[in-house]
Amino acid sequence: MAEDTKNQPPRTPPIQSATFTNAVNAEIRRAAATGIYDIRGGGAKRAVPHFDDLLFLGASISRYPLEGYRERCGTDVVLGGRFAKKPVKLDIPVTIAGMSFGALSGPAKEALGRGASAVGTSTTTGDGGMTEEERGHSKTLVYQYLPSRYGMNPDDLRRADAIEVVVGQGAKPGGGGMLLGQKISDRVAEMRDLPQGVDQRSACRHPDWTGPDDLEIKILELREITGWEKPIYVKVGGARPYYDTALAAKAGADVVVLDGMQGGTAATQDVFIEHVGLPTLACIRPAVDALQDMRLHRKVQLVVSGGIRNGADVAKALALGADAVSIGTAALIALGDNDPRWEEEYRKLGTTAGAYDDWHEGRDPAGITTQDPELAARFDPELGGRRLANYLRVLTLEAQTIARACGKSHVRNLEPEDLCALTVEAAAMARVPLAGTSWVPGQTML
Amino acid sequence: MRRLDLAETPLREVNAALQVPVSGETSWEIVNPRGAHALAVGLDAPIDVGIRGSAGYYCAGMNKQATVHVHGSVGPGVAENMMSGTVIVEGDASQYAGATGHGGLLAIKGNASSRCGVSMKGIDIVVHGDIGHSSAFMAQTGNLVVLGDAGDALGDSIYEARLFVRGSVRSLGADCVQKEMRPEHLELLARLLDRAGADARPEEFKRYGSARRLYNFDVDNATSY
Repeated sequence: MAEDTKNQPPRTPPIQSATFTNAVNAEIRRAAATGIYDIRGGGAKRAVPHFDDLLFLGASISRYPLEGYRERCGTDVVLGGRFAKKPVKLDIPVTIAGMSFGALSGPAKEALGRGASAVGTSTTTGDGGMTEEERGHSKTLVYQYLPSRYGMNPDDLRRADAIEVVVGQGAKPGGGGMLLGQKISDRVAEMRDLPQGVDQRSACRHPDWTGPDDLEIKILELREITGWEKPIYVKVGGARPYYDTALAAKAGADVVVLDGMQGGTAATQDVFIEHVGLPTLACIRPAVDALQDMRLHRKVQLVVSGGIRNGADVAKALALGADAVSIGTAALIALGDNDPRWEEEYRKLGTTAGAYDDWHEGRDPAGITTQDPELAARFDPELGGRRLANYLRVLTLEAQTIARACGKSHVRNLEPEDLCALTVEAAAMARVPLAGTSWVPGQTML
Repeated sequence: MRRLDLAETPLREVNAALQVPVSGETSWEIVNPRGAHALAVGLDAPIDVGIRGSAGYYCAGMNKQATVHVHGSVGPGVAENMMSGTVIVEGDASQYAGATGHGGLLAIKGNASSRCGVSMKGIDIVVHGDIGHSSAFMAQTGNLVVLGDAGDALGDSIYEARLFVRGSVRSLGADCVQKEMRPEHLELLARLLDRAGADARPEEFKRYGSARRLYNFDVDNATSY
């Protein structure tokens, strides 16, 4: 037998397809078995050009740095001074993005408020209305005005510190909300005026306005109802950032919130998350262009979100022209989402810590993205709030460290000139030179 | 009665006066509205407001408690997200009348355009004339009464709202079906017609509502979405 094998000609080894990978084939088999697309939470998981592809240049002879820990580097930011009588004043340029009660448990919303308030920043409601937990624990609360209008009422509008008209989000520009029946508890159903247990697919367009001219009148109405006190944000998913930013500003927004495809969602189709919209990095410069062309940069503030993880990401977004950033996924991780301490339970759900994204099923072992009372009881909102506050402080300290190294006495003074790019793609998107060259693809000649 | 003239008084001052009415003032008249947008919005007191002429977008938006009577027609989104109170329109209403309303009564003496009662959440709407297409889209709760005809795709993706139409329905939307008119519905309809000052008999209407087939996703219903 050994002699037979020895005499056989060499065989081509098995080659896995780069197109039909094991993961792709598994998804085809899953689709064939179930007849339904994959639904999950979170943002784009695929590798796209991101802030990691940028580097700060730091000071040397041509620039001089500020002394770390000794020379002051400011981090405060004012949002909404264009028209609002009471703009939002934050101590740090990192805010908490909109996440709904329904998608998250009540204690998780409370923790977000505790953590944000401890460091002087804002948190944001979501699709489902304002809960007492988040209003009570959030010093500064942004109230989202969404197409579904679940729980929308003038009293909460007036109790808010700012209003965010949500046109879209980065995970699904052009898509509406989704909260499946498993998470429609009695309380969630009551807040949303829906039958308990129904799959809730909220609309992708606002029910009473279409287009920028209508939006201008809608903003007028919101201002009239709230006495022109509250800043009005307009949130868009990263798709056509130049035009969307320009139209939002023209419609009268005080603040534009721009969410790239790495920005998370509670639940939507995987194909939507991975194939619709732009990476965050590709969104910022066109949005800043729009504001600069309208002479509104720094008058209408730009808040960028989608894949912000550390102080370097914060600093890079600010250097490209943002006034502040917003975090969602990172905040949940800080609270304890996807923590390896729950690995045994993640495995029972067929996943692993770091990859758990079936938030819509409501079986989150960490008790954060659930309405199950037993699971939610695992989560301690005071501890979660402290962890979030710690994390936000680290983000701020890291951004300050970089800003000082670039010679800036305030993080807002960071600028594109402080950056270079590691890849041609990132250089083109961020419009900064490829590292070691003066070449900005699409802007300058080689 | 206190009179406010929009030809002379800025919108902000008019709305501010209505939103925080001076003590004892319960009746207001607004003249020369000339299609102003966001007029009489965010009211929260049991006052009577008469608007002498036509108003623009979002007239009486998010109303609570107040009675707003428009002696003219209104633009899109009249009484949007109304919480309580009454809004009466003597003329016609444009798109999205009563959109997302949580409570109160919206009575339109003329016709209402498309998407009347879209995403309604408890409001009662009575339209004396016809309504346009895609009305009661994703209507959650509340009652929509139409004395005339309804356009295409009535009640598409409807939840638990009740629809009553006296005339013809051009077509029903996904998951909306005609339902039996039981005695309790006749009683409810009689009360709604009375409140809206409508001259019609409940027996003349047909009732429509959700078949509840699309409440939870089923791949066999994929072509309905």
